Amino acid sequence: MVLDNARDVVADTLGVRADEVTFTSSGTDAVHRGLLGLHAGTRRHRPGLVLGAAEHASVRHAVAWSAAPQAEARVDSDGVLTVDSALEAVARCPGQVGVIAVQAANHEVGTVQPVAEIADATGLPLFVDACASMGRLPLPSGWAVAAGSAHKWGGPAGVGVMVVRKGARWRAALPGDDRADPRSVGFENVPAIFGAAAALQAVWADAADTDRRQRHLTDLLRGRLAQIPDTDVVGHPIQRLPHLVTASFLYVDGEALVVELDRAGFAVASGSACAASTLEPSAVLAAMGALTHGNIRVSLTRDTTEADVIGLADAITDLVPRLRARVGL
Amino acid sequence: MNTVLDCLGKPCPAPVIELARAIGTCEVGASLVVLADDPAAAYDIPAWCRMRGQEFVGCTEIDGRPAYEVRRLS
Repeated sequence: MVLDNARDVVADTLGVRADEVTFTSSGTDAVHRGLLGLHAGTRRHRPGLVLGAAEHASVRHAVAWSAAPQAEARVDSDGVLTVDSALEAVARCPGQVGVIAVQAANHEVGTVQPVAEIADATGLPLFVDACASMGRLPLPSGWAVAAGSAHKWGGPAGVGVMVVRKGARWRAALPGDDRADPRSVGFENVPAIFGAAAALQAVWADAADTDRRQRHLTDLLRGRLAQIPDTDVVGHPIQRLPHLVTASFLYVDGEALVVELDRAGFAVASGSACAASTLEPSAVLAAMGALTHGNIRVSLTRDTTEADVIGLADAITDLVPRLRARVGL
Repeated sequence: MNTVLDCLGKPCPAPVIELARAIGTCEVGASLVVLADDPAAAYDIPAWCRMRGQEFVGCTEIDGRPAYEVRRLS
């Protein structure tokens, strides 16, 4: 009962049918089952997989694990996977392509991808990782299978959503069990799913207002950061998520900037190698040809105010030249 | 013979900082080679060239180490 109710709420919010919605144990799980299942349904005649160069690690890992003939579609300097790039990757792939994996929006730089246009131009089934945009932007059109993650929209961790369009050629790619829904395994975490559905309904009710307010603040922050010399403000200026700002500052150590901002009371993330456990720079920034060092990523919360954003912009404007002066530049 | 800047073993942003310091010693039109094995250098040296209006000529190898050639345009 609770589960059916949650499924109805999620389906209604996403504008899909309830029987297209499956709850999984995480967003990553939804990506793996969704993408590999779509591949399992098409690989007999068309074994190839194309993925965007700026996809989330969960997509990259699933494609690598599939061992399918594969090709990466380049993104441009704004992080956009263009229709031409998708067509070029389909032509270059060593196998006949059956599935294209393209994100709804980029999780690091916010760029929104032209999903419907890619679906139209290629005529191929699309797997869409919508983890970064679900609850903020409507799902695009043109996909066969989509995935979302509850903690990204403010729900609990440990709940993912896989949506398989009626008629999509999805087939279980992983071992199943003997329960009712062949698309997932194990007992659903009903309380967490209930919380996830309630959170999605609540954020979606305010999504238009939140979008307007956050876009104003991120436009303000992007404008302020662009005034700092030798700064790369990364991501598409307009076709983007409302709440994310990413920028790289030449000659600055990303980790030092994160630490100094933390000291000033601002928690920001970084895609720089020095701030990563792997010591590898962000694959997204690298794919875009953006500067990878001196990078910060700012995510606004629903209650971030204009005063907060101005305070952060002031702190960064003050810190960047001081960090540069330390290295004599 | 191009000037060679040895940044082997130095993590980013050190190779880009040393490149910025050294470019002034290079004549306009001449090239400078940065030896750098930090993985971020492969992205950050071309990005530096784009942001600073210099030319990224390309990456080759010297003794098996990545060598990035930059030409001073201004």
